[in-house]
Amino acid sequence: MIEVLPESAGSGTGSGALLEVENLHVEFHTRTGVAKAVNGVTYSVDAGETLAVLGESGSGKSVTAQTIMGILDIPPGKIAGGAIRFRGVDLLKLPEDERRKIRGEGIAMIFQDALSALNPVFPVGWQIAEMFRIHRGMSRADAKKKAIELMDRVRIPAAKDRVNDFPHQFSGGMRQRIMIAMSIALDPEVLIADEPTTALDVTVQAQIMELLAELQRDSNMGLILITHDLGVVADVADKIAVMYGGRIVENAPVHELYRNPTHPYTKGLLESIPRVDLKGQELYAIKGMPPNLLQMPTGCAFHPRCPYKQEKCVSEVPPLHTISGTRSSACHFWREVLDGDAQ
Amino acid sequence: MATPSEVVLEVRDLVKHFPLTQGILYKRQIGAIKAVDGISFDLHRGETLGIVGESGCGKSTLAKLLMALERPTSGKVLVQGKDIAAARGSELKHMRRNIQMVMQDPYTSLNPRMTVGDIVGEPFEIHSEVVPKGDRRKRVQELLEVVGLNPDHINRYPHQFSGGQRQRIGIARGLALQPEIIICDEPVSALDVSIQAQVMNLLDGLQKEFNLAYIFIAHDLSVVRHISDRVGVMYLGKMVELGKDTEIYDQPSHPYTQALLSAVPVPDPEGREQRERIILQGDPPSPANPPSGCRFRTRCWKAQDICAEQEPLLEIRANAGDHPSACHFAESEDVVHVN
Repeated sequence: MIEVLPESAGSGTGSGALLEVENLHVEFHTRTGVAKAVNGVTYSVDAGETLAVLGESGSGKSVTAQTIMGILDIPPGKIAGGAIRFRGVDLLKLPEDERRKIRGEGIAMIFQDALSALNPVFPVGWQIAEMFRIHRGMSRADAKKKAIELMDRVRIPAAKDRVNDFPHQFSGGMRQRIMIAMSIALDPEVLIADEPTTALDVTVQAQIMELLAELQRDSNMGLILITHDLGVVADVADKIAVMYGGRIVENAPVHELYRNPTHPYTKGLLESIPRVDLKGQELYAIKGMPPNLLQMPTGCAFHPRCPYKQEKCVSEVPPLHTISGTRSSACHFWREVLDGDAQ
Repeated sequence: MATPSEVVLEVRDLVKHFPLTQGILYKRQIGAIKAVDGISFDLHRGETLGIVGESGCGKSTLAKLLMALERPTSGKVLVQGKDIAAARGSELKHMRRNIQMVMQDPYTSLNPRMTVGDIVGEPFEIHSEVVPKGDRRKRVQELLEVVGLNPDHINRYPHQFSGGQRQRIGIARGLALQPEIIICDEPVSALDVSIQAQVMNLLDGLQKEFNLAYIFIAHDLSVVRHISDRVGVMYLGKMVELGKDTEIYDQPSHPYTQALLSAVPVPDPEGREQRERIILQGDPPSPANPPSGCRFRTRCWKAQDICAEQEPLLEIRANAGDHPSACHFAESEDVVHVN
């Protein structure tokens, strides 16, 4: 495999993880006000590791990913602060042509809706081959050969015959495979998958998740999986960052998060999953609704919905308390949340 | 829970084929999409029947047929003994009072130019005998209260509400005519996770309060399990397995049900390395040209010659529990709890 980027340009920052997002702030300036979509997000992913970013719509999980890729629309978006370090280099300080090299080769992304992410007027093979033509300067014929190889690798049946087909001629699952083929074309070190299976049926979801896991094993990629599906997360994640209202509210390794959540929001989400032994009973439901980004509650964004709410929560934004080496929670009362679970 | 009470809805050999045509001036039929192809079941008062299956299996066409929004190619939909599929005019209008629907997408199923009061009150305009004109506003406010909305918001427009609240408006509209049957087509799939539980609880509470019968169509199997008394599994226009929730989830006997259940990710990381999955290959075949015999045979690991020759009927089979299964080699197996 071709290695393009220099082995760690290391300016010796942070924990030295492959990709680090540090205290990132992204705002959207709209006519009705400033929406702080991402409000101090910090996370990191290492080679071979799977980080799941869990959150509802409007929690800022996709905006963070778009900022990492450098595909955020500016304006209305604005990066108000923070750093995104890939191999120690702050991407936000790089000029656009340098970033362009990293996009696809260093970090690649899969989108939720493959039909709208693919160009409807070009054959899929041409779109995959484009990666090789532009980044590697290959000839059309060579690039097409590579595209067929990739389509084989993501197990599209009869890849050779289908390379000239258009996106609409494929099923949803197959289109998602084409997206995956495109994203792994240049052997990226980090793959961001933004809700890769949300639009798919469960049987196809299982196929795609298996394919992603296999590709990750083969090339030791770091994977950032953005989702709201607690089932998918439990299946594949190594560690989890839970987002709410533009902030990370909890960080934890997968087993600990499901066993002992330390943030009331995570706890509420886990309790609201329908369970077999609780059939016929009322489901636990988090009351209220997700916050409006233009009118964020003061203090902790979750306080209007929180069963642990006290005065402090309305006035003070809770910092991300470190609970142990790998765990943290942005709740003033994380001890109570943890104990409440033990009862 | 399911009491063997009165049957409110009987579906018998329901078939819907959508014609495929060729030509512009002289249209010729060159085939048909067999969206629903011979489905039968009963629905009892106060019961929830869940319908699960992949996209394209005919779930939503089934819902439309039950609502008489589509006319079936053949077969019967009997509401209190009368065939809604054959009814016309005022008879059909009268029958529709009894069977209402909650749509999937609360963003597109409410008219943005109508106030909430008009949306929920519209059924009273059509069925003017239900509530006298002077009482309608009051009745709409009562309905809003029943579904957990503020009755003072009657003059607001849909865009002023969140997704979960809009779904509540849709539910209030469904309840307006006091139907016995409500068809819920993916009622929670467009909602955020934390809101889904709220709407599920509402549906559950309303069912108990008004003794409603639900047809609950969804692709999320854990949601269906939570709310359903019985579950039907559909594949390419056919019902492949039908039984009580415990029978379907704990002793599924059709290979497709087993594959579907084992594909659902379990929201618990404990023991995930040991879990075995049945991963189906490929996509469902086209309903325009379904495989001969058993429609699942092209993706089935149990398939043999008989499966291509003979169509398995939905019937009770040896080794497959007490519920019907449409597989020649049906065999109960717990696929979810195996370690």
